[in-house]
Amino acid sequence: MNQLAINIFTNTTMKLNLILPLALSLTGVAFAQDTTPVAAHENSTTNKVAAEADPHAGHSAMNMPGQTKPEHGMMSQPTINPDEAEYEPYKPMSFDVGPFGLLLVDQLEYRLNDGDDLFRWDAEGWYGGDINRFWFKTEGEQALQGPSAGRAEIHGYYGRLIAPFWDAQIGVRYDQLWEPGSDPSRFFGAIGLQGFAPYRFEVTPALFISEDGDVSARLTATKDYRITQRLVAQGRFETEIAAQDVPKFGVGDGFNYVELGLRLRYEIRREFAPYIGVNWERKLGETETMARQSGEDPNVLSFVAGLRIWF
Amino acid sequence: MTHIRQTHTRRQFLRSTTALGMAAYAHQLLPAYALEAGYDSVAKPSSSGVVELTIAETEIDIGGKLVTTTTINGTLPGPLVRLKEGTEAVLRVSNRLKEDTSIHWHGLILPFQMDGVPGLSYDGIKPGETFEYRFPVTQNGTYWYHSHSGLQEQTGVYGPLVIEPAQPEPWAYDREYVVVLSDWTFDNPHTLLAKLKKQADYSNYQQRTLMEFIRDTRRDGFVPTMKDRMMWSKMRMMPTDFADVTGHNYSYLMNGRAPESNWTGLFKPGEKVRLRFINAAAGTYFDVRIPGLPMTVVQADGQNISPVTVDEFRIAIAETYDVIVEPKADQAYTLFAETMDRSGYARGTLAPRAGMSAAIPPRRERPLLTMKDMGMGMGDMKGMSGMEGTDGMKNMPATDSAMPGMDHSKMSPTPPASSQSHGGHGTQMPAMKMGGGDSSETYKHSPDTHGPGNTTVAMVSQSRLHEPGSGLEDAKWKVLVYTDLKSPAPGVDLRPPRREIELHLTGNMERYMWSFDGEQFSAGTEPIRLVHGERVRLTFVNDTMMNHPIHLHGMWMVLDNGSGQHNPRKHTINVKPAERLSADVTVDAPGNWAFHCHILMHMEMGMFRVVAVSKPVTDKNGS
Repeated sequence: MNQLAINIFTNTTMKLNLILPLALSLTGVAFAQDTTPVAAHENSTTNKVAAEADPHAGHSAMNMPGQTKPEHGMMSQPTINPDEAEYEPYKPMSFDVGPFGLLLVDQLEYRLNDGDDLFRWDAEGWYGGDINRFWFKTEGEQALQGPSAGRAEIHGYYGRLIAPFWDAQIGVRYDQLWEPGSDPSRFFGAIGLQGFAPYRFEVTPALFISEDGDVSARLTATKDYRITQRLVAQGRFETEIAAQDVPKFGVGDGFNYVELGLRLRYEIRREFAPYIGVNWERKLGETETMARQSGEDPNVLSFVAGLRIWF
Repeated sequence: MTHIRQTHTRRQFLRSTTALGMAAYAHQLLPAYALEAGYDSVAKPSSSGVVELTIAETEIDIGGKLVTTTTINGTLPGPLVRLKEGTEAVLRVSNRLKEDTSIHWHGLILPFQMDGVPGLSYDGIKPGETFEYRFPVTQNGTYWYHSHSGLQEQTGVYGPLVIEPAQPEPWAYDREYVVVLSDWTFDNPHTLLAKLKKQADYSNYQQRTLMEFIRDTRRDGFVPTMKDRMMWSKMRMMPTDFADVTGHNYSYLMNGRAPESNWTGLFKPGEKVRLRFINAAAGTYFDVRIPGLPMTVVQADGQNISPVTVDEFRIAIAETYDVIVEPKADQAYTLFAETMDRSGYARGTLAPRAGMSAAIPPRRERPLLTMKDMGMGMGDMKGMSGMEGTDGMKNMPATDSAMPGMDHSKMSPTPPASSQSHGGHGTQMPAMKMGGGDSSETYKHSPDTHGPGNTTVAMVSQSRLHEPGSGLEDAKWKVLVYTDLKSPAPGVDLRPPRREIELHLTGNMERYMWSFDGEQFSAGTEPIRLVHGERVRLTFVNDTMMNHPIHLHGMWMVLDNGSGQHNPRKHTINVKPAERLSADVTVDAPGNWAFHCHILMHMEMGMFRVVAVSKPVTDKNGS
């Protein structure tokens, strides 16, 4: 059944492989040939009748067929190719198809963490058409206790719908850190996918190359599960991997980060949902070591409360 | 049903119209035929034979809140236009809006210049201008008219149109009522559309939840329930997707009245009453019944059919059905029009005296899509729930071509006559007919999955004309099905089609994109070119999991429902999920015609094509 379902539903892989020349439109409905024996036979029959019938003449626009004119029953079919016939011109028309846009603030929250409380945000948006879109993302946090410290990321992408559930994205990312005595920043080139995977996971894998040539990747996956029509549980998983150590940004190579979150939101409106939840972050490997050295806890469990809103 | 149905403002509206049904603003809001109920109060042509219609913004006080609607002659719906077969219609439409408008005469056979589609028929009607429509009336029956500009249809620019026959009709009745069903939203429809673009299930408050999972687990056991949920989840589809906009955002109206204000048609016991049902909704299918009163359907889409008596019928958007009822008792009967997704209803009453009402039936549980709707089912899976379907799938060989009970040797490249696959450039495999289930032939989808604008294909498509549709399979009474529709007179054009054009109904719900063959309409989309004088077969394959009412302007579609020469003519054909059906068209109307899904927002989002019919050739060599 599983394999069948894969075949039945246009899954991503198929899509990517099958960029068949979409034989668009019916235009050239290569009305080929009239060659099937059946058609030929039936045509010859009708032709015989048509020989005695009134040909299809004098059929003006104001003399449309009513419900009772049997003339067509006696007519032969035209043999002209649809592409060669002469048509009335018409004005280019199209519908009000946007552009549309979305701004989704998925996390706007207070993270309660035993003396290291944080304000955290995570938002994304798009603007454009159905196929081509500009994407905008930002996330970051600000320490609310102790010395002012925090980090922010801003991403901008061109995104293109390449398969029914998948956007390919290419763009840039800018990171800024701030803490007493240091505020390093860097640019990245970014390429990624964003889409809706089987089992209804919102998945965003992305690859980053920094201005210094450091390579890293990130995978984010979220899944919504409806408890009631308005109460929704959102699970979230994020992991990061780096190819090099970048001590200035506290990044060690290898798998260096895992985050799991569970948020329970109540959709007062679809667009406006307060939530509570828990979030667990774990720094790994060399990153963990660097965190420990700078006095950070590499293993953080927070209780969170916030708002999810979209426009 | 526990979900919330009405917004605060809507409650206020309902209360107001109930309390003040006859008050001034209600008079302004409601057309004469809805208030008076009788048909002698309708707007007929003036003595000079001209019907005047004025489209304007009308501010209506709804529960203390001013709401701007677009109305025709100040009422919502617009006035009943009555024409007479065999005469020339002259209709003058004036635009007092700040934007362009238009009126399309839905289902009327007329010259394309009079069809009222901006861009194709004419330039539309500019603000301050009047357009005079003039055309011969060559048909009779129940139709309607509506704006073909933007989303004006959603904000009120629609009304009923009745054409009196030149010859007596083959059945008698004592009185008649027009029953216009529609949907109204307090939201700006453009805003609503933008919301759907951002979140396609925005309006669906009947989704499956943990609570339902627990209920189903108790009923069906954990493993089958889990399997069912996993299957849907894996496919990223929602089995509760029956309407893009639901009762959460819509109020459902009968002749402009909300259910609480109870539109009422009077009768004398023993009379035969003809009800002309019109589904003028922008996005809602209704299931219509009158508990205690069987209905004899005599016309569909304004065309006579051999009378068939039913207890309920589903009316797709833009369809019309004329029924005759014979209430014998001195009691009230409820006209109940439940939405297909069961999220709401329109309601009125047939009563011997004003002020009466009868019980309003409870709404049924919202249906669920099945394996068959997904295009995975076989002919014998009718009525199966998704869950049973899942179990059935266990036995399915996991190859792309083999289905249970299907003999490979029976597979052959089918298509009848000189069929071509859609696209028609010979690059695609034609559809494969597969040896059938018991009731109908099934077809395998070609490898073309219609690009990124389409999320699903009906791997197995088949005729579903004999099915009443989702949510009606288990009805304990007779529900009208498309195979019941038989034209009493044989068709006027019995030539076999010279070619077949296969069109796939496609969409991407995640992005709220809608299309034919995966291609959304845009200024550059090539038209469907038809040659004047030919007879063609249109074959629709619904690859989506929603019903789509497909409407062709200017020419009848003769639905091939197996009745041969008595196949019915329709202007709007509902295509069920994973259904394949065909309609033959006599291409006798030169010009450019609109062809589209009549779910307003689907049309707006690209499920639209131009059908171009070539200029007539008058000489004999046919070139």
